Amino acid sequence: MDLGTIIPILDATLRSATPLVFVCLAGLFSERSGIIDIGLEGKLLISAFFSASVAAMTGSVWIGMMAGIVASLMLSMIHGLASITFRGNQLISGVALNFLASGITVVIGETWFGLGGRTPQLSGSGRFAPIELPGAATLADVPVLGPVYSDLLSGHTILVYLSIVTVALAWWVLFRTRFGLHLRAVGENPESVDTAGISVVRLRYMAMVIAGVLCGIGGAYLATGLAAGFVKEMSAGRGYIALAALIFSKWRPWYALMACLLFGFLDALGNRFQNMELFGINIPTQFMQALPYILTVVILAGFVGRAIPPRAGGQPYVKER
Amino acid sequence: MTLTKTFLGAGAALAVSAVAALAEPGLIIDLGGKFDKSFNESAYTGAERWAEETGGDYLETELQSEAQREQNMRKMAERGANPIVVLGFANQSTLAQVAPDYPDTNFAIVDAVVDEPNVKSIVFSEHEGSYLVGMIAAMKSESDTVGFIGGMDVPLIRKFACGYAQGVKAVNPDAEVIANMTGTTPAAWNDPVKGGELAKSQVSQGADVIYAAAGGTGVGVLQAAADEGVFSIGVDSNQNYLHPGSVLTSMVKRVDNAVYEVFSEGAEGFEAGVEVLGLEAEGVGYAVDEHNEDLITDEIETAVEEAKAGIISGEIEVHDYTSDDSCPVLDF
Repeated sequence: MDLGTIIPILDATLRSATPLVFVCLAGLFSERSGIIDIGLEGKLLISAFFSASVAAMTGSVWIGMMAGIVASLMLSMIHGLASITFRGNQLISGVALNFLASGITVVIGETWFGLGGRTPQLSGSGRFAPIELPGAATLADVPVLGPVYSDLLSGHTILVYLSIVTVALAWWVLFRTRFGLHLRAVGENPESVDTAGISVVRLRYMAMVIAGVLCGIGGAYLATGLAAGFVKEMSAGRGYIALAALIFSKWRPWYALMACLLFGFLDALGNRFQNMELFGINIPTQFMQALPYILTVVILAGFVGRAIPPRAGGQPYVKER
Repeated sequence: MTLTKTFLGAGAALAVSAVAALAEPGLIIDLGGKFDKSFNESAYTGAERWAEETGGDYLETELQSEAQREQNMRKMAERGANPIVVLGFANQSTLAQVAPDYPDTNFAIVDAVVDEPNVKSIVFSEHEGSYLVGMIAAMKSESDTVGFIGGMDVPLIRKFACGYAQGVKAVNPDAEVIANMTGTTPAAWNDPVKGGELAKSQVSQGADVIYAAAGGTGVGVLQAAADEGVFSIGVDSNQNYLHPGSVLTSMVKRVDNAVYEVFSEGAEGFEAGVEVLGLEAEGVGYAVDEHNEDLITDEIETAVEEAKAGIISGEIEVHDYTSDDSCPVLDF
């Protein structure tokens, strides 16, 4: 395998990992505050739909993304209302939101555009354009470093770079600020936070808002960065893969980035080598496509060790009287 | 008891006469959706053309999941549609079960053969059409590497790939054909993100013409090819208009004509049996219109027309993957 093969694979890795990173961080904030969020998939999907359709109508990808974030926030707030205020079962609420998103996107899409749940193809300013990093063209001819910089690192949309920044920001917020300390505490031991005079409900709603915004950005990237429009069920299980990545990473931001990159890498590998000859044996396509899922099981069972979720996860907080 | 039976009998007789009186044709749109810009949309266009020209009405449903096939077919038959057109090879086993239960209803299936007295099977010679676009791809390619992206990995799609590869090799025996499939489940017909990633991966391997035979997934392939500045080839419907200048041509498969014909024949003119639509019957072909006429040079057109005549006369034989489940020029 030479550099000319590796770089496109890593390039594809970055692209495939980006929506996972946003969604995984959304799950991280939510679960660190003690709210289990199965509804990530639904939020991703509804944001993909609204960002693509509003971008198609207004011709501006940024307005589209705002609409996607608002839609995702709405679902997040419904989840919050069900699981924080009304103390319902968080798993059921999440699953219900996934169904809601999967149905409502097609119904609204059909009413607005009459294209069977699709949005029109986006072009021009309706999509996120690739960004050339400074000096990419001049450095392109430098051996090794040139291709790495100008082919691998340069030429992605702004959201790809934003995803890395967001990871750093998430780490800083969670582990270096007072708010982060409170948030982590509320996921482990809400009673003690309450005793300290801090509102558990408010903190958890804050986490849901952050989760909603992050899923919204992820969905916008999916529909207007990776693809050029929405098609039904386009999230294709990415929300669930992000949940798996969250468990991999044991609810830590930098590890979450690594886990998402790993899944992105496996995806890219499966696309590049559909039939791989390895030591004279022909590995079938089906195996390559199943690899991410097989590895999830293997890594979870063998390498991660015990993944201990935040202790108060899934339990609605009831104030003692 | 007897009274009930009489009533039931009368009800059934009424229902039957109602069916005979209505006899609207029916169309069941397959997974991938009515507006996939490809296979299903072509069928829909044919049905719409019939409705417009005759002023008639037709019944239509769209499958949402694999589990609805039988239910939808039966419901359509019970609503009195006649003839009923179902789309796609995946309906083969279901139709073989359903058709005998409705002996008075005529069915037509596209892309598969069902041997029942009330079923008309319409199949296309996709390998011949793909051969022609393969030739165009090879003549247009500068890197001597061309790509193929299929939808679900099934023999029918391999038939496309195999015909394409033969066309490429006929022009340039040294050319390399990279063939990828999107997936192994019906979801592979509707995954433009993955289609785009596959296309980008093929471009990075040097492909400069990519043929997509992947239903709705193809939209993503064509988009990625346009973004990367390489040529693409559409399928089933004429997709030249999607990205003018980038879509080289489309391997059109006239599903619309097939549906139009079955609808026009109606319940009376229906003939069961197998109909093969090839190059001669214009069932398949390559599309040239105002969006791509600059790309198809006279030289290309002459060569392709020559090959087309050769295939029709039997001089050139294009291997059909489904005949023996193997392809002489391409490994899967």
